[in-house]
Amino acid sequence: MPEEIKAHITGVVFQIPTKPGDRVAAGDAVIVLESMKMEIPVEAPRAGAVREIKVQEGQTVQEGDVVAVLE
Amino acid sequence: MFGAVLVANRGEIARRVFRACKALGLRTVAVYSQADRDATHVRDADSAVEIGGAPARESYLDAERILDAARRSGADAIHPGYGFLSESWRFAEAVRHAGIVFIGPTPAAIRKMGDKIEARRLMSAAGVSVLPGSFDPVADVAAAEAIAGEIGYPVILKAAAGGGGIGMARVGEPADLATAFATANRRAQAAFGTGELYVERYLERPRHVEVQVFGDEAGNVVHMHERECSIQRRHQKLVEESPAPGLAPATKAGLTAAAVAGARAIGYTNAGTMEFLVDESGGFYFLEMNARLQVEHPVTEEVTGLDLVVAQLRAAAGEPLPWAQGQIVQRRAAIECRVYAEDPSKGFLPSPGTVQKLELPSGEGIRVESGVEPGSTVSVHYDPLLLKLIAHGDTRRQAIERLADALDRSVIEGVRTTIPFLRRVVASDEFRQGRVHTQMLEQGAFNA
Repeated sequence: MPEEIKAHITGVVFQIPTKPGDRVAAGDAVIVLESMKMEIPVEAPRAGAVREIKVQEGQTVQEGDVVAVLE
Repeated sequence: MFGAVLVANRGEIARRVFRACKALGLRTVAVYSQADRDATHVRDADSAVEIGGAPARESYLDAERILDAARRSGADAIHPGYGFLSESWRFAEAVRHAGIVFIGPTPAAIRKMGDKIEARRLMSAAGVSVLPGSFDPVADVAAAEAIAGEIGYPVILKAAAGGGGIGMARVGEPADLATAFATANRRAQAAFGTGELYVERYLERPRHVEVQVFGDEAGNVVHMHERECSIQRRHQKLVEESPAPGLAPATKAGLTAAAVAGARAIGYTNAGTMEFLVDESGGFYFLEMNARLQVEHPVTEEVTGLDLVVAQLRAAAGEPLPWAQGQIVQRRAAIECRVYAEDPSKGFLPSPGTVQKLELPSGEGIRVESGVEPGSTVSVHYDPLLLKLIAHGDTRRQAIERLADALDRSVIEGVRTTIPFLRRVVASDEFRQGRVHTQMLEQGAFNA
């Protein structure tokens, strides 16, 4: 089942350490947001492969926005 | 004095500096990013210049745009506030080269204190005690292991160019050093452009006590007593007070003497803060010097009756210090707490948004320094500090009661804030008894 990963805070996409096809473990940072001078990882809720990254570096995302999808 | 002062900052500190300028009859100039067009500090100034995009590097961190704004507005002095470019010696130097007065220390002093290894070396040479550790960046893990073995575990790895806790790592035992070194090195490289690290003894449960110093161009240096700032999260302070509760007189005397000696040794001018760690036996060690005005300067103002920002403006205009050391007396007690747009129930996660409702306390012994008002946008682009609540009283106990009452009366809706956490701190036995240290938060002392 594909699973959407949502941003838990509002911020700007600071880094995207993963790409489609990458295997991630639960708790790995799929993307890193920057908000108020802090870097906040958005973590994979479970192990799996990254199916899609929905954001680009520098993009502003709102809390609840889908930032990536796991296979 | 100056014709006009530009403040290269935003939020509460810009407003604070404007107030001091107005007290001296100086014209004020604000700068603002596109995200800050409706910000409170913009309206407080006599004139305002838009300097660029919302991200700080396109506006508040862009030295050229700020200098251009100063030229266009006729400002002949720049106050950097804290954060942003305040500790950039290159910016201070560029301001001077533009024929504008930088309200702060010299570029040389900023540079010396900005390099944490150099600062340690200079302070040690000036007779100020520093934590046992390396005086040079350690070349690799093997070098770090050798030094750690000499000074004993636990040790802490710190970024040479660091600040704000980035690139810091505590290492409890030899087996963990290699991994911690690699991580700290990578983080420091990403944040500061250099991965240089140094190694120091790690103190368990130290207090953070700092001393406000002030120097003039004639070489006079005074201190304005100490501030206790141990309650921190991620190495950022949340509660500060003066006097430091329960500090032994001998420790206090040693700290203030060391702070003045250290500042004098580098020819320090204007306002600065010497930060120390104090261990459980009263031993103290130089941590770093902040070559700028501090966020927590109001507690010093409340206990000394002095206006530090007015003093900064006068000193930058070349006036000699208006007070001798003996005239700077610490009276009563003052406590500040920082209200951040962060959610303390979620590990202090940022909470940007719009301030919907804002009710702030007032009354005897209460001072508020706020950068927001109802309707203010709290942007993802900047530091989350919304406002500071400062209470003073004849005794520490009275200051605490006033602060507790002020926190109870504070209402902020639209963003989550640290207020619930601060209420717990002020109600706690540890805080009330003055038994504080820098690791309390990590140890869960104020959890709900």
